[in-house]
Amino acid sequence: MAENKDLDIKVEYITRVEGHGDIVVNVKNGKVEKCEMHVVESPRLFEGMLRGRSVFEAQHITSRICGICSCGHSLASIEAAEDALGVTPSAQTIKLRKLLLDYEFLDSHILHVYLLAAPDILGVPSFVPLIKTHNAVVRRALRMKKACNDVCDILVGRHVHPISAIAGGFTKLPTPKAIDDQISMLEAMGEDMAETLKLAATLKFPDFHRETEYVALVSDDGEYPLLTGDIGSTDGKRFKKKDYRKATNEFVDPRSSAKFTKLSRESYFVGALARFNLNYDKLHPEAKKVAVALGFKPVCHNPYLNTVAQVIEIVHCYHHALGILRDLKKNGVDYSQEIVVGVNEKGAIPVRAGNGVGAVEVPRGILFHNYETDAKGIIKQANCIIPTNQNINNIEYDMTKLLPEIITKSKAEITLALEMLVRAYDPCISCSAHYLNVTFTD
Amino acid sequence: MTNVPITATKPKVAFFDFACCEGCQLQVANLGEALLDILGAIDVVEFREVMSEKWDKDYDVVIIEGSITDHHAEERIKKIRARSKVLIAYGACACIGGVNGMKNSFELDEIRQYVYGKDFKLFDSVKTRPIHQVVKVDYFVNGCPIYPPELVEVIKCALRGLPYTVPDNPVCVECKLNENVCMYDKGVSCLGPWTKGGCNSWCTSNGNICYGCRGEVKNPAKNAAAEVIGKYKLNADLIKNKFDMYNKCKEGDINGGK
Ligand code: SF4
Ligand code: SF4
Ligand code: SF4
Repeated sequence: MAENKDLDIKVEYITRVEGHGDIVVNVKNGKVEKCEMHVVESPRLFEGMLRGRSVFEAQHITSRICGICSCGHSLASIEAAEDALGVTPSAQTIKLRKLLLDYEFLDSHILHVYLLAAPDILGVPSFVPLIKTHNAVVRRALRMKKACNDVCDILVGRHVHPISAIAGGFTKLPTPKAIDDQISMLEAMGEDMAETLKLAATLKFPDFHRETEYVALVSDDGEYPLLTGDIGSTDGKRFKKKDYRKATNEFVDPRSSAKFTKLSRESYFVGALARFNLNYDKLHPEAKKVAVALGFKPVCHNPYLNTVAQVIEIVHCYHHALGILRDLKKNGVDYSQEIVVGVNEKGAIPVRAGNGVGAVEVPRGILFHNYETDAKGIIKQANCIIPTNQNINNIEYDMTKLLPEIITKSKAEITLALEMLVRAYDPCISCSAHYLNVTFTD
Repeated sequence: MTNVPITATKPKVAFFDFACCEGCQLQVANLGEALLDILGAIDVVEFREVMSEKWDKDYDVVIIEGSITDHHAEERIKKIRARSKVLIAYGACACIGGVNGMKNSFELDEIRQYVYGKDFKLFDSVKTRPIHQVVKVDYFVNGCPIYPPELVEVIKCALRGLPYTVPDNPVCVECKLNENVCMYDKGVSCLGPWTKGGCNSWCTSNGNICYGCRGEVKNPAKNAAAEVIGKYKLNADLIKNKFDMYNKCKEGDINGGK
């Protein structure tokens, strides 16, 4: 009987998420005693290693926090560095950075929807069996993933650890041919995009709801804010990027030694669903059409549907990227803005002591970088708060509400439901730059 | 060199990651449909990031990403090595320590405390080591990230039991072939003269400097380097500091560890 059920679940190394994570659940006599998500981090100590490095190297180093989010980390890092230095990027630079971010979203969301989440929904352990049973789908996924990677290679030299996007601007600007190539590669993806939407319409997700606070960038202009804007929340909070600590309120939870974040209530959610809930009106019309067709409306409180919000963002970023490219084609690129910086040994960029914050939406949610630099541009203090760190608290509250609702199911079904929940957040645990580890209790 | 016997069954291959950004395994996913050809020739039995399946027998080939940065990792890689016929280390983290090595520039407890605060001892951490300083490595694929065509080449060699020699020419050779204007002539310093090529001068062809991610060439043209430093009036400390970004883990550099 559910009332006096005992349950002991420990899923080690949740597969198909970036990084390493464990779920620990303990139920005694039908009462949830423990429901936690642990992060098993290999200590890489990025924030510590940044000290003593030039702020002009920060992008190169922090890009290596996470391969999947390397463009996002680069952009947050660049913003923090420029803020510390007092550099204002040109309109063209901002446009190209937005394009880069669109590519990052496309690439990461496609990987998540197809390779990491779809196997659950199709009821197989991984995409490998799908090679036999759903060969066309796997081929499409790999083709799309590669196309996103390739356009990004053209734009910044490499998708995994971009080369030409640095503090100050770009070391190489796309030639007219490079712009044409990107346009035709994206256009060639059109059919696969349509098929992806058909697939998305068939996906079924567990019915689970928990009201929480959603946090993402917000803005006063009409553009879906991914790079610029303020920090906002569905509970009506709004802060300048500089005041990011007021939004994150990091605290150590006595249950474990992990650092959690919260804002207006016990936990908050960052990621595609948060952006969708806050900025639905600003989505590209094509993306809105898809949301309507899928019957998906803000404010949505089902975390499993983060995957659907990602599908909608795939459509948004696809069209937004094409818009930027067509604009660049029409209005041309100002090549005089190409820069040579190195570690600024020639003083190409004036340096001052400063304290800079970068806050950028990356596929998994809002990402913060903060550097304090001396008069020579050497980093003295560094702080990074990644989306997954912010979500862990929310995931645990979700699990705690979900568990009693599904307690009568088999252990295998419960385990899968919890794993799917964690995977819906698309957690990127390897980049938990300072996520505290946990001592295990059995 | 251990040979993988060509048998009727497909070779069992597994991917494992240690402290890293997982960017090198993404490079594998970025091969696109070409990946299916490789997958057709092998049986991938473990690949945590994309598979839930686990395997409890021996492996023909294991492909290792990341550095060894804690005791648990050290035990884990030793166990994996004991079950594997051939071990490939891929990416700078695994081959030379990569960016994780910058940690070794600090006093270990100091940097741990900086990041984790007063409870830092709860989070095990040892000096960063590349894989070969802990267990024997049969093949190296350099780069941060790896250059995908090279990985495919190495996997083919490993499956056929053929040796693969890492090219030992400096990045400058490829950079000149690509007709780039040298960064030194643009007034900034570049580690190309000291760094193993094989990446098709990836960074310098995109207007940035080389940071030495593929490791040092065996016999850097010391004189040429000194000449460069002299000619361009460079600060030798600046160059050394740059080197430390990827190449800090050189102490005790013996394949298989001590
Ligand atoms: S070598 Fe570079 S790309 Fe590869 S895992 Fe390490 S940090 Fe990531
Ligand atoms: S020093 Fe750098 S830029 Fe100059 S040729 Fe060598 S690799 Fe190219
Ligand atoms: S140019 Fe240098 S830093 Fe860039 S990929 Fe090649 S070896 Fe690595």
